Amino acid sequence: MIQTRNQMALLIDAIGLTKTFGGIRAVDDVSITVSSGEVVGFLGPNGAGKTTTMRMLTGFLHPTAGSVRLGGVDIDEDPIAARRHFGYLPEGAPAYPDMTVREYLNFIAAARGIAGTERRAAIDTVAARVHLRGVMAQTIETLSKGFKRRVGIAQAILHDPKVLIMDEPTDGLDPNQKHEVRQLIREMGKTKAIVLSTHILEEVEAVCTRAVVITAGRVVFDGTPSEFEARAPASVTRHRMDHVFRELTAAAAEVSA
Amino acid sequence: MSAPRPFVVVASRELRSYFATPLAGVFLVVFIFLAGIFSFSLGGLYERGQADLRPFFQFAPWLFLFLAPAVSMRLWAEERRLGTVEILTTLPLPLWQVVLGKFLAAWGFCVLALVATVPLWVTVSWLGDPDHGAIIAGYAAAAMLSGVYLAIGSVISAFTKNQVIAFVVTAVACFLSLLCGYPVVLDFFKGWLPDGVADAIAGVSILTHYQSMMRGVIELRDAIYFVSAIVALVTATAITIDWRKAA
Repeated sequence: MIQTRNQMALLIDAIGLTKTFGGIRAVDDVSITVSSGEVVGFLGPNGAGKTTTMRMLTGFLHPTAGSVRLGGVDIDEDPIAARRHFGYLPEGAPAYPDMTVREYLNFIAAARGIAGTERRAAIDTVAARVHLRGVMAQTIETLSKGFKRRVGIAQAILHDPKVLIMDEPTDGLDPNQKHEVRQLIREMGKTKAIVLSTHILEEVEAVCTRAVVITAGRVVFDGTPSEFEARAPASVTRHRMDHVFRELTAAAAEVSA
Repeated sequence: MSAPRPFVVVASRELRSYFATPLAGVFLVVFIFLAGIFSFSLGGLYERGQADLRPFFQFAPWLFLFLAPAVSMRLWAEERRLGTVEILTTLPLPLWQVVLGKFLAAWGFCVLALVATVPLWVTVSWLGDPDHGAIIAGYAAAAMLSGVYLAIGSVISAFTKNQVIAFVVTAVACFLSLLCGYPVVLDFFKGWLPDGVADAIAGVSILTHYQSMMRGVIELRDAIYFVSAIVALVTATAITIDWRKAA
């Protein structure tokens, strides 16, 4: 699969990402490539470096070493052009609490240069897509966690980007909301390159075409969910993915310690 | 209809956010109230027997010492606390435009506070025959002064996510830059520093330039001082934010 991948469709191309914070290597030589039509689940225990890696993918953090190309554009060379290619849901889905949903999406649209009737259409489409129509006039601070997450997703997909980077898109949602968001991601994954971080293994099975496991800042697995599951010995019959995850992350934790 | 410039988009969102809570209104009312007290009671407007706004402009640097840090403290600290800085700095907008837009919103708010004191001007015009040119120069000086305070606050706000720290550090920094223009302080320096250094300290003080502008003569020297101080500090804010990405 990797060998036959079309270079043109390679929308995320991160090579050798390394980040040190005060001498500590939070992320160590991580390379990720994602093509159109792929949904990559970024897995790892808490503190493994998932958020730091995603922040480097979006350019919010400068890597200590390594490079990122989004839609073929180097994020360091032409950050503005690279940023047009992606939508980003940061950790915790931050938004301005005192704005209404409509005001907020209007601001994001204006910042992305979407104006006039095009803007109205984009906001209406996205509101329908993530089911925000009933709360458009409400201030964001009055929304439940599930709605806040949807607002975060809405601002990320407002300009219909080719690349979506989402840090824990389903964190804190109830099972129904999780199901909805996963369905949306699966649907969008057909035409976009998506990276999402999670520590829920069933999510990988449910929505991802590929899993990348990172622990102590290093990639320890990169393959399809079924390849991931196949790593468990035949003797393990239940929670096979959990078993593999434990094996992978425990081994690396020992090495780093 | 062409799309508005990025800094306009950022500035209008920021400015609107000030009025999302009653806090901005409270600040404005307190500012106007203090401006009135300073001018009429403490400034001895009636006793002086002169219809002008000198007392107000003399107190303005001290008034802004509280208002400006209160406005600037949230510029970046709040974005960092909320996490929205991650969205704002990954939108396809040049960083300098984002920084400029936020600064202009804060400045706009302070200028609004000045505009709200226009009734004082009306009052003295009614009482006597003030030198309107001097009052306009005074307003220009006060606007420039608030701009420098806010630009100092903008840099400091970029360093922290704690608004209280941003407020206190900004107020102290503005206070020091004001203080080093007072003769008492300058005399203290002149006692043991070479003349050139003491003059340099007077040169960087806001107060020196503010007072010269306030007197009614807008000199190029002072205008250059204010504009270059604001440009340098706003640039420093952008550099700080970019530097924090690498940290």
